[in-house]
Amino acid sequence: MPIISTAGLARTFQTKHGPVEAVRGIDLTVRSGEILGFLGPNGAGKTTTLRMLTTLLPPTGGAATVAGHDLVEDPAGVRRACGYVAQSGGVDPQITVREELVTQGRLYRLTKEQAVRRAEELAHDLDLTELLDRKCAALSGGQRRRLDIAMALTHRPRVLFLDEPTTGLDPGSRADLWALVRRLRDEHGTTVFLTTHYLDEADALSDRLVVVDDGRIVADGTPSALKLRYAGSIDASLQDTFLAITGRGPAPADSTPVAV
Amino acid sequence: MLLHDTALIFGRYARQTLRSRFAMLFGVLMPLLYLLFFGPLLTGLPLGSRGSSWQVLVPGLLLQLSLFGASFSGFMIILEKQSGVIERMRVTPVSRLALLLGRVLRDAAVFVFQAVLLVVAALFMGLRAPLAGILVGFVFVALLTVSLASLSYALAMKARSQHEFGPAVNALTMASMLLSGLMLPMSLAPGWLDLVSRFVPFRYLVDAMRDAYVGLYTTASMLYGALAAVALTTLAVTVGTRVFRTAGA
Repeated sequence: MPIISTAGLARTFQTKHGPVEAVRGIDLTVRSGEILGFLGPNGAGKTTTLRMLTTLLPPTGGAATVAGHDLVEDPAGVRRACGYVAQSGGVDPQITVREELVTQGRLYRLTKEQAVRRAEELAHDLDLTELLDRKCAALSGGQRRRLDIAMALTHRPRVLFLDEPTTGLDPGSRADLWALVRRLRDEHGTTVFLTTHYLDEADALSDRLVVVDDGRIVADGTPSALKLRYAGSIDASLQDTFLAITGRGPAPADSTPVAV
Repeated sequence: MLLHDTALIFGRYARQTLRSRFAMLFGVLMPLLYLLFFGPLLTGLPLGSRGSSWQVLVPGLLLQLSLFGASFSGFMIILEKQSGVIERMRVTPVSRLALLLGRVLRDAAVFVFQAVLLVVAALFMGLRAPLAGILVGFVFVALLTVSLASLSYALAMKARSQHEFGPAVNALTMASMLLSGLMLPMSLAPGWLDLVSRFVPFRYLVDAMRDAYVGLYTTASMLYGALAAVALTTLAVTVGTRVFRTAGA
């Protein structure tokens, strides 16, 4: 049974300049225990899709279930089953790591004692024990990210959504984070749904890639299957594959014109 | 669940307030200045009230405290929105109503506390009023704070930045202060101004509170004031909770 399944999931925003179709109908199934890389150029609808699947944003069309709970009928069930780390993170810089972790536990309805114990467990698992009594503002980028993930794991969710988890991290912290994501899947069977701009990250981490462009899924398969199909060879770079699929680069950084 | 969640959110923000005790005392400064430097000007003037000028001025200052303070509560939520705290909380099963109530009850506690300080200062300046009336006044302060803070959070959740939020709130609070007769009773106003002020709900609150301060609890003003306060609170909390439920924050 798939852990996430969507049918025609769509979101249209009403703006001053008329309706904008951010997500035009996503049909997707994710198997339990899969690490899914959700790729696409800026504005493709990645974050909007994630925010719908985590109940932050009501869809304007289609349907979806997450861990057996209908997104619209049973948002509370979805919330109990999934963890979410936004691109911005989600901790108050003026509050200590311990207080944030304990509060998060209590938001998930743990008792005070349970929440205190769970905070210590999570800190231990994510190498934050030494930092428990520091203010969040005092953490480095990599430490902050580990804390964000610890917060999202408070209730041992079956699905973890990560929105560009390594943006702005140094290479060492990125490597740590990749190891953490693999460990979550291997040890706890957690399904990980992550968006990223980094093709090497998607390539190294994902069991399966889904490429979205202009609010639609344009490619779906294992990294090697996509390379073979779109770039002609299993040894092709994901960069070339991505370009072949979307006709443009994943991020605006590589905008140097190619001389012909 | 609602109680558990509300207490949890209240605790989080109450601790935040206690960490910035200085800001809390600073909040009393403006009404205190009015009390010290404006209050004495009124003592000999005919204000059309049964009581002393202090019984007219102090209720206005208490509501002014809440009006200016609570309306800006939303500022904090803009910062929280930017740091992702709001979304992080909205992904948990926490009650949406509690996300709002925990915050506005903290605000109500802060402003009632400041109101108590101000009343104590006013007693030294010469205020004499029945205890029951003063307590009724605190209830009005609490209800007004809950209403305005709810609306302020709702507006801040919708606003794109502090730069958009600040000026909008400023314009609204200044106009409300002048049009509701917080400083001087509207009974002194010419007909047109009196008429305009009848469309500002705060006017009914301040009139009712002035009645309470002279020991009149069964007047028409008291009835209108109580109705206006309850209606405003219900409306504001409904709007606020709706925003926490659906906002694209």
